[in-house]
Amino acid sequence: MSPMLNPVVETAELEKRYGDASRPIRALAGVDLIVDTGEFVAVVGPSGSGKTTLLSTLATLLTPSSGTIRVAGQDLGSLSESERTVFRRSKIGFTFQSNNLVPYLTARENVELMLRLNGTLNKQTRPLAGELLDRLGLGDRLNSYPNQLSGGEQQRVAIARALVHSPELVLADEPTASLDTERAHQVVSTFASLIHEQGRAGIMVTHDLRMVRYVDRVVRMEDGRVASILEDPAAIEALAQGAPMPVSIPAPIEALVA
Amino acid sequence: MSLYLASKEIWRNRGRFLLFSLVVALITMLVLFIAGLASGLSAANREYLSDLDAQLIVYQENSDYLINASRLPMDKAPDLGRIPGVEEVGAIALTNAAIWPAGGGEAFDITLIGVEPGKPGEPALNSGRGLRGSRSREAIIDKRIAEELRLAAGDTLTIKSTQGTQEEFFTLTVAGVANRQYYQFLPSVIVPYRTWEQIRPQETEPQADAEFIPNVFAVKLQPGVDAAEAQAAVLRTVPEVLVADLQTAIESIPGYSVQQSTLNTQRFFTLLIGLLVLGGFFQIQTLQKIGQIGMLKAIGAANRTVAGASLWQIAIVTALGVGLGGLVTFLLTLGIPPEVPLQLTGATIASTTLLLLLIGPLAGMVSIRLAVRVDPLTAIGQ
Repeated sequence: MSPMLNPVVETAELEKRYGDASRPIRALAGVDLIVDTGEFVAVVGPSGSGKTTLLSTLATLLTPSSGTIRVAGQDLGSLSESERTVFRRSKIGFTFQSNNLVPYLTARENVELMLRLNGTLNKQTRPLAGELLDRLGLGDRLNSYPNQLSGGEQQRVAIARALVHSPELVLADEPTASLDTERAHQVVSTFASLIHEQGRAGIMVTHDLRMVRYVDRVVRMEDGRVASILEDPAAIEALAQGAPMPVSIPAPIEALVA
Repeated sequence: MSLYLASKEIWRNRGRFLLFSLVVALITMLVLFIAGLASGLSAANREYLSDLDAQLIVYQENSDYLINASRLPMDKAPDLGRIPGVEEVGAIALTNAAIWPAGGGEAFDITLIGVEPGKPGEPALNSGRGLRGSRSREAIIDKRIAEELRLAAGDTLTIKSTQGTQEEFFTLTVAGVANRQYYQFLPSVIVPYRTWEQIRPQETEPQADAEFIPNVFAVKLQPGVDAAEAQAAVLRTVPEVLVADLQTAIESIPGYSVQQSTLNTQRFFTLLIGLLVLGGFFQIQTLQKIGQIGMLKAIGAANRTVAGASLWQIAIVTALGVGLGGLVTFLLTLGIPPEVPLQLTGATIASTTLLLLLIGPLAGMVSIRLAVRVDPLTAIGQ
């Protein structure tokens, strides 16, 4: 894969430390990661490996202790809290494990919420939510409330919400956590095709290795570092079918990036 | 944006929010009723005094501002009248008696007030004419008596009064009808002072030439005269008297201040309960929504938006409840019989309503603070 000139995500020596300075706990211990437009990346790894911390940092919900992080050309370190809020609603799309949707808004209203928050809901953008939901197979559920939708339908509404405002980066936190196998495959494959189609950069944190077959790259994290990266479609497919993930990094990170 | 979220949430959970508005409505009704009762009881206790066309009340020395304990000889009147700034002085005597209804039935208790015709003490009239002559067998009745006993100017009424060991009956002609003139919870019949002396309940048979001894004098000042200065002048020039302005005189009616402070305490505590109930409700409501609020913040909703939505909700629920409670209270007061001392004036309703509308946002402070402090990070990894 050839990196573009302006990658959507670019981190270097990214560290996040907790606790006192003498004995810090390093949730991120130097992460270098580049994700390009149109690329869908899975971040996998055991609990405590730092994948959730990485996601939160990319989402501007955590500030790194050191290192640099650029998303959509913006140095996140230089943003104030209110700037980060604006950055999140304009440049980032989100899906979460739980509490994904606003319970008192319909499917369509939940998706439109991103446009409302950004102040971009108007005549031109009004049909977007419906079109996107229709594309996700929810054309007849536009006016349903979240508690009238199945888990898979709710995830798909969340995906529509994560894409409707044309964000540069889409972050998905365990999107299949509450879904059965069939639904999980359906949700992630649709997600992947929309990301590719719309030319977004997507990062999905998952513990479900079966889902990696839809991504372009698998980043395995361990102890706050990138332990290995898989890019070869055949290797990714093997991983999805149960083959062990190579534990060591096959080549220096720099070589992969370059 | 805040209003959008707030109204959507209320509409989706309209049953729950309506229930809560009903609680606010009931609290509003309770507060309004207590306020109405306070104002009604206060009026029933003092109306005659507060309607007096006078600024000062002069009592006997050492009477401790108790009208019933005060007795002043009539010859104090000229002394008072000579004080610079005093326009008119009127003697007032008060006692309890009853009206014996013409067609039988129960005696109707009243306050029997003796006044000097044409002087301060005689109330302003709605119909009929004022009292004429200090010995005439005529009376001014207040509106409540006129309505209850269906009396008008020119009709007669019978006062029942116990004198010595005999029950005596005196027939009086109604000269005029005044506004409500309650004193110590009884409506009033106002008669000329010598008539009063003859017909008042007393321990012995009255003598024809009995001297009239009023309880107090009402002093009307000339326009622009300072009441405090006139008060000081009275104390300087007239021996053996006490003097008070109308407000002090009213507050000195036995039980008046205690009753008002009791009712005000009730009102305060009802408002406090309202505050805590509302605060508790919205706090629990917010605590249940922590995950949702975290998610909203994570997708980029500003604190202002989240806090604003909470505030709008509280404002809507409170306004709905207060409006409903006010309306129901108003409808109820239309059907309340006149003997219930409930007086809801526009001013009472307005001030109480305003206070109630303020406790909503005040009660919401805790939940707004909670909402603002939710870390959007809670949305991730759960």
